[in-house]
Amino acid sequence: MQTNEYAQFIIFLILLIALTPLLGRFMAKVFQGEKTFLTKPLGWLEHLTYKVSGIDPKEEMTWKSYLSGFLVFHLIGIVILMIFQMTQAWLPYNPQNLPNVSWHSAFNTAVSFITNTNWQGYSGEVTMSYLTQMAALTVQNFLSAACGIAVAIAITRGIARRNALTIGNFWVDTTRATVYILLPVSIVFTLVLVDQGIVQTLAPYVDVITLEGAKQSIALGPVASQVAIKMFGTNGGGFFNANAAHPFENPTAVSNFLQMLSIFAIGAALTYTYGIMTKARRHGWVIFGTMLALFVSLTSVSLYSEYTHNPVFNLSGIMEGKESRFGVFNSVFFSSITTSASCGAVNAMHASLSPLSGGVAMVNMMLGEIIFGGVGAGLYGMLLFVLLTVFIAGLMVGRTPEYMGKKIEAKEMTMIILAILAPCAAILLGTAISIVSPVALPSLSAKGPHGFSEMLYAFTSAAANNGSAFAGINANTVYINLILSLVMLIGRFAIIAPVLAVAGSLAQKKYSPPSSGTFETDTGIFAVLLVGVILIIGALTFLPGLSLGPIVEHLMMLKGQTF
Amino acid sequence: MKYILPALRYKLFMTLLLGLLYPLLMTAIAKVIFPRQASGEFISRGGQVVGAKLIAQKFERPEYFWARPSAVDYNPLPSGGSNLGQASQDLKKAFDERVAKLKAAHADQTGEPPQDLLFASGSGLDPHISPEAARYQIGRVANARNKGKNLSIDQLQKLVDASTEPRQLGFFGESVVNVLALNLALDKMQGIETAPVFIPPPPASAGSNSSGSPLTNNPESK
Repeated sequence: MQTNEYAQFIIFLILLIALTPLLGRFMAKVFQGEKTFLTKPLGWLEHLTYKVSGIDPKEEMTWKSYLSGFLVFHLIGIVILMIFQMTQAWLPYNPQNLPNVSWHSAFNTAVSFITNTNWQGYSGEVTMSYLTQMAALTVQNFLSAACGIAVAIAITRGIARRNALTIGNFWVDTTRATVYILLPVSIVFTLVLVDQGIVQTLAPYVDVITLEGAKQSIALGPVASQVAIKMFGTNGGGFFNANAAHPFENPTAVSNFLQMLSIFAIGAALTYTYGIMTKARRHGWVIFGTMLALFVSLTSVSLYSEYTHNPVFNLSGIMEGKESRFGVFNSVFFSSITTSASCGAVNAMHASLSPLSGGVAMVNMMLGEIIFGGVGAGLYGMLLFVLLTVFIAGLMVGRTPEYMGKKIEAKEMTMIILAILAPCAAILLGTAISIVSPVALPSLSAKGPHGFSEMLYAFTSAAANNGSAFAGINANTVYINLILSLVMLIGRFAIIAPVLAVAGSLAQKKYSPPSSGTFETDTGIFAVLLVGVILIIGALTFLPGLSLGPIVEHLMMLKGQTF
Repeated sequence: MKYILPALRYKLFMTLLLGLLYPLLMTAIAKVIFPRQASGEFISRGGQVVGAKLIAQKFERPEYFWARPSAVDYNPLPSGGSNLGQASQDLKKAFDERVAKLKAAHADQTGEPPQDLLFASGSGLDPHISPEAARYQIGRVANARNKGKNLSIDQLQKLVDASTEPRQLGFFGESVVNVLALNLALDKMQGIETAPVFIPPPPASAGSNSSGSPLTNNPESK
């Protein structure tokens, strides 16, 4: 690595650390209903939303009501997204006259965008009309992110409140996240991105005659407005097939840097919001620090691997699947950020990364998307591990585990373990079934361990609601579309339902002040324990699978073996 | 159950707000503030649109600088990479072919060809090459262009230097050369400013393809 690459790494970390309290404090105000500088210019929009939708913003919800609002909203979202895709040929803003999307692909995409996964079995520029991109997909980029933030705020309230039956109002949290946070940052970011060269137009594709006399048809679209929320909302679904590697979706090194920062911005800031709302700011920073430590360590492994000499080509820093303007460093850095944060946008093809870099991308997802994670999802995912750590620490010293003055009991632990194990089971079982299934195997494009990695990556990405891919796999088949839809639903709802149950259960508990035997959660020792628990669970669950894919490929490659 | 109607109304309202108002408004604003970037920076010559500055096109004639290999043969519908792993036999085969082809075309160069010319980009539409890759091709381009017209290596060096975009703000990303812009400037230097004429591609049976099209596979990506 060169000096300027270290500089980019360090500046990125400094900006992230600086942004966290700024944005975190703002979000705390928004969700506690306090006045901010946006209350005046945008307050009317919040109230208009309630009025038009017939929502009573003063209603307080139990966890069950909160969950049912969440579920109903997602169900309606799936239906509307499918309708847009399956009727787009007859709707306006379709200058390329693209046909309607098949039912199974439409279902997969609907589930994918509802769950903030944004796995794409289709290629945007030859599948989706401008109207579908805007009115179906862009909208869901906002709403799936807002719903994720809402759930994180709900469990925050559950932990902060005492002797309470309710955890807030799902509609209010979602609306505030959209109106005061996601929409304003997206408007500003869109303009910055257009300045850098991302297109934003409704004009049809342009046919050119190249200098050597060939015909080339160049795809366009309202791209910048979608990319802005795709990044801030950790959605990651590309407007174009090549996603953020496409020059119209990520034209410069600056647009690339800002996209990387925006992927982490909200997820990181939520740790600070959490600290404010639970009146435990130091603990908020401990969570942030844990995420940062995991991120820096895993990214370093990934960079080290990519710069390692590859005897097959007798080169290091292989440029296959990477763009010149980003180079090796920014491609690998982006791959680690996008997989840590459940974003899934890619600026280089992950399948063409060195085996261990691809493996780190998988590990980032397998750990549960808790390294900053998806917006909201990263925080509530991490809180599951925090509670588990508190519980294990309590068992070790033989005391009833307490967290923020609340006793953690069997009821909560059952839910927590369910939420942690469900996506792991979906990944391992899904991969195991598909890797021997004659229906699924023709989808693989690579031989040997890389083929196995394609399958493992697909299920990991779906269960972690990430959405990136080892894209050699042909995902647009009935079997893959349907099984991955199921896995994405498990990855979303089998975590959120238990999280809300825990939130409801903790809200009801009474507070007992800390005693000398209380295990402190705002210390470095706690962070170390937390990292230990996360890594042990991840390693025990996934090491065998990783050994069959990236690890064996890496070892064979070092001997010059090709597949 | 009581949330079904509010959820539906909420979703429809948000579709209007975020799915139509927001993108359409951003399109209108972008068109006013950044008209050049928002519409894709298309370049015309002699009244014909010859390409977009940010989208690579195929160059295989000796008198032009060549772009990086493309897994989609420079066809943006759809964009994508090869998705081949770094221990892939197919990639190794394509790599060896590219090395051989580049060495044959650049007999004046003694060193190995620059890496970026040997590996396909992620988008298949990478408009840039590294400055080293541009310099590597200077001898061949000068040779091809010198048939009848005077063009010194020195002039080409200067052109490449002038076309080299430094790292943004001094340290972001990599230093690159835009291939289309370079080739247009090159043509202009020799007074070629007429519109290119469409040449129908030869029948598909004609042997192996220079871009390494065996690499094209199902671009399923994200």
